Amino acid sequence: MLHIYCPHCDEHREEEEFRSKGEAHIARPPEPESASDEDWGNYLFFRKNPRGLHHEQWFHAVGCRKFFNVTRDTVSYEILETYKPGQQPVVTAESRNGSASDKGAAK
Amino acid sequence: MKQYSGFGLVKHALSHHENWQRMWRNPAPKREYDVIIVGGGGHGLATAYYLAKVHGITNVAVVEKGWLGGGNTARNTTIVRSNYLWDESAWLYEHAMKLWEGLSQELNYNVMFSQRGVMNLGHTLQDMRDIHRRVNANRLNGIDGEVIDARQVKEIVPHMDCTANRRFPVLGASWQPRAGVARHDAVAWGFARGADALGVDMLQQTEVTGIRTSGGKVLGVETSRGFIGAKTVGVVTAGNSGVLAKMAGFKLPVESHPLQALVSEPMKPILDTVVMSNHVHGYISQSDKGDLVIGAGIDGYVGYGQRGSYQTIEHTLQAIVELFPIFSRVRMNRQWGGIVDTTPDACPIISATPVGGLFFNCGWGTGGFKATPGSGHVFAATLAAGKAHPLAAPFTIDRFISGKLIDEHGAAGVAH
Ligand SMILES: Cc1cc2nc3c(=O)[nH]c(=O)nc-3n(C[C@H](O)[C@H](O)[C@H](O)COP(=O)(O)OP(=O)(O)OC[C@H]3O[C@@H](n4cnc5c(N)ncnc54)[C@H](O)[C@@H]3O)c2cc1C
Ligand SMILES: [Zn+2]
Repeated sequence: MLHIYCPHCDEHREEEEFRSKGEAHIARPPEPESASDEDWGNYLFFRKNPRGLHHEQWFHAVGCRKFFNVTRDTVSYEILETYKPGQQPVVTAESRNGSASDKGAAK
Repeated sequence: MKQYSGFGLVKHALSHHENWQRMWRNPAPKREYDVIIVGGGGHGLATAYYLAKVHGITNVAVVEKGWLGGGNTARNTTIVRSNYLWDESAWLYEHAMKLWEGLSQELNYNVMFSQRGVMNLGHTLQDMRDIHRRVNANRLNGIDGEVIDARQVKEIVPHMDCTANRRFPVLGASWQPRAGVARHDAVAWGFARGADALGVDMLQQTEVTGIRTSGGKVLGVETSRGFIGAKTVGVVTAGNSGVLAKMAGFKLPVESHPLQALVSEPMKPILDTVVMSNHVHGYISQSDKGDLVIGAGIDGYVGYGQRGSYQTIEHTLQAIVELFPIFSRVRMNRQWGGIVDTTPDACPIISATPVGGLFFNCGWGTGGFKATPGSGHVFAATLAAGKAHPLAAPFTIDRFISGKLIDEHGAAGVAH
């Protein structure tokens, strides 16, 4: 079971208190009226789904009921950081591997 | 290929079963094939088999990073049914069901397909309405199905607690008598043996690490054993499909999640059908070996680790014990996980891609074992013709742009 640090509650809690809410930092099309079907399709359905580092949203469902972001390795499941919405991750594929892709983690 | 037969069994008994031929060769990769299939799971192997058998395309390689059938094919709980709601998916899964019914004969390999029936329980009024709707839709599509009430459920499965004062009372079920289970390893091995006999090369321990393209067309695949060329490449890598798509430079509407299953210690026969419940969220059958085969839902996060969370196991067993208090003291023997490729509409993707000559067959998520022969059959036709087989046509990647989704969450989301 994952032990997840909620940046709002300032505490580690057990995974069961949380819900995973998928890829983080997905930008909604800025001009909904003029966005194409392709823009909408990409926004709604297409995902990075990386084998390696993933920046994702979690929801503290039976705690503070707030959203936050997590950087997690999708192979080892290790959580490298958690941060509040609006903030940017410190740990990225580049910063961790010193290479420009997350392929390094794909082995 | 030597045919298997009862006579052969007797003959080999005389030499203590020490001289059985190998089921497939272990060839060195050629430099170029007409078609490369990436992924030696059931779907990839079935594709290779039907390419050779139906379309006469035998210069084919199956490139598998591990061993044949070692992915979800050997990790699933083997439920086979075709009672899906919408026409597109019902036709596809029923196509597979018809192939299952003759598969052991077709492959000369006993896939132990056992049509012991599958029951999808309803616990609320809304469940029962949905069940009526789905069974009616099935029957209009020529698929067998009945709505049964709690008394009939109890007749079929006497050990289930169908008393009315449960927290989640059993109100009834949909019942598909032609549905059932099959032996998953045998399916992979049977297709592999059949394809090998027709000339297909099985390249195991060969990982695809890149997809080489030029001018928007595929040239072949980079592998851990060097480059292998082909003008047509079919990718059938289930949970790793996103990784392969990234190699080719595009994204998929797919997320990879861990899905777990567990089996108990072997017991005397007690359950001769398959029981599934979306509402209490679990399903159970008993294997021919005697172990209870149990599963439920995915872990919520994206994961490639082929293992899952302990609380998922706990929830799964809570559901089973809710239905079968009699199983509360059965000891569990093994637990494992596979990585399933889920799509937003719980339907697969059988599709051309932005790269010419490169096709994907993925997104089967939690429920693709049942489709194995049908998926291979229509994907082989798609690869041979360079355009979608009619049954595959609705399952393009483009449906996530056009909005023409085929929402099977009701029939597929939880149930396998
Ligand atoms: C626990 C569990 C229970 C399930 N229960 C059911 C059920 O009851 N009924 C049902 O219908 N379905 C069920 N499923 C779903 C079903 O198992 C899958 O949909 C189906 O087996 C997928 O088959 P496949 O051949 O596409 O994938 P797989 O069998 O996973 O084959 C994909 C292959 O691709 C290979 N591969 C990946 N990357 C590479 C690479 N880079 N290079 C070369 N090879 C690569 C893998 O090693 C693997 O062997 C279940 C799944 C799980 C995990
Ligand atoms: Zn919190």
